[in-house]
Amino acid sequence: MTEVIQIEQLVVTYRDTETRATRTVVDRLTFTVRPGEVFGFLGPNGAGKTSTMNVLLGFTHAASGSASIFGVDVRQPIARQRIGYLPEMTYYYKFLTAEELLRAYGRIFGLDDGEIRRRTDELLALVELEAARRRLIRTYSKGMQQRLGLAQALLNQPDLLILDEPTSGLDPLGRMKVREIILRQKAAGKTVFFSSHELGEVESVCDRVAILHRGELKALGPVGEIKHPADGNLEQAFLRLIGWPGAPKPASDAGPADHQPTAP
Amino acid sequence: MRAILTLAHLVILEMVRRKDIYVLFVLTALLTLIAAAANIFDDTRVVRYLKEISLTLIWVSGFVLAVTSAARQIPAERESRTLFTLLAKPVSRWQFIAGKFLGCWLACGLALLVFYAFFGAVALSRERSLDLAGWAQAISMHWFMLAVPVALALAGSLLWAAPSSNSTLTLVVCFGIWLLGRHLHKVALGLPEPRATLLTLVYFIIPHLELFDIRDLIVHRWPPVPWLFWLGALLYAAAYTGMILTGAWLLFRRRPLN
Ligand SMILES: Nc1ncnc2c1ncn2[C@@H]1O[C@H](COP(=O)(O)OP(=O)(O)O)[C@@H](O)[C@H]1O
Ligand SMILES: [Mg+2]
Repeated sequence: MTEVIQIEQLVVTYRDTETRATRTVVDRLTFTVRPGEVFGFLGPNGAGKTSTMNVLLGFTHAASGSASIFGVDVRQPIARQRIGYLPEMTYYYKFLTAEELLRAYGRIFGLDDGEIRRRTDELLALVELEAARRRLIRTYSKGMQQRLGLAQALLNQPDLLILDEPTSGLDPLGRMKVREIILRQKAAGKTVFFSSHELGEVESVCDRVAILHRGELKALGPVGEIKHPADGNLEQAFLRLIGWPGAPKPASDAGPADHQPTAP
Repeated sequence: MRAILTLAHLVILEMVRRKDIYVLFVLTALLTLIAAAANIFDDTRVVRYLKEISLTLIWVSGFVLAVTSAARQIPAERESRTLFTLLAKPVSRWQFIAGKFLGCWLACGLALLVFYAFFGAVALSRERSLDLAGWAQAISMHWFMLAVPVALALAGSLLWAAPSSNSTLTLVVCFGIWLLGRHLHKVALGLPEPRATLLTLVYFIIPHLELFDIRDLIVHRWPPVPWLFWLGALLYAAAYTGMILTGAWLLFRRRPLN
């Protein structure tokens, strides 16, 4: 079976506009996401999570290495037909209503109007925006926009959902909605790849996680394998792996080998 | 094609709902009306003069609308980050450029129809008859001509980040060609080398927007231009637009977005 996401030796660099120096923000990253998996992509701010996703979505190009989705190189637009994507922060066309936005996106996916109407009804009910569906997005609160974002990400019934910090800025109700959607996708056999800071949440929904720090992979595997007995929860494992000095020391005399990614 | 049409539809919808296009309508309508009202004598010379003024106004408004609307498109998508959600869908960058172009150009066509309908009503009230073929030629050539500024402003927005400087620059280029384009090679004759050659080269490279300006047909009630010339002009505009859009796509194709 082909992997859903395959990233190999990926390097992402940015060129500083003033000094013209290149800075590596993702360094030789290698991992795969398997079909039907819920995969958490973790790391502190600036770790390179969004940069990696930008390559997967074809927004930026890798300095070296390769990335493919469903076996198709991410540089080809067709690789995005089966993807649903929720950006880290976004605003939708403010001059449209929720209904009109989903209709426009649906047409871009090549859905026919009857199908679009059916899915719009279903999705707006799912994210609880039915009452506001004919209001201009201009009048939406931030949380409502985020929920509309979830609806548009699900519009093409994606086989792979890519969510960039989906719960940031959401109230508890919105966070629950996100978790519900992730689990719903998983139950339908779909793959979910998302980045997050909410480690408690990650622990409860993810099959596997990758921990990124300053562009380098620090750990990869099921939550249970990443945690040491001394860690208690994923948060403590996370702090230990990114080398936070206050993190609990592992029980055994851990050498640097423990910081290497475990085999997938 | 469906993606391109959907994008074009969004562009038009935004313009209609933004409402600042109405300011342009009201302004042009008001000025035309004032001009018409000032015409108390039914002197054909005065009528001609007023037609001249109104049509110039429509031409200026057309340029302004074409350039400012197109210059705004890509920067606005980037700033509101709607570009990312959009391009995460199976839309190629070429389709994105084509959709934006088509939307702006169609919107310009709709605006021209409103302008000319209004002006036509005023003119009809003075003259009691219109030469339909001449009018059709003038309007269609005007509309095709506007494809060039729209494409230029779109391409410019990929070169100059600030929409205002892009708009200004594109407008200066357009007005420059419109008013001076036909004289460039004559000016070149009076210049020392190598400036003469350079200017002659510029003369041959620029899209000659002034060719499309057949306002005199309407003003002086001249017979329509040969239809072959008309067809040639439309193809000429289409060819330039295609080249500029291809340039815009080449600029945008590999551009990293973040
Ligand atoms: N457009 C950009 N130009 C230059 N540097 C950038 C750009 N985008 C992100 N970076 C830098 O790349 C690093 C990784 O950023 P990002 O991928 O957004 O991290 P994360 O999503 O994990 O918080 C950060 O140090 C950030 O400052
Ligand atoms: Mg990020």
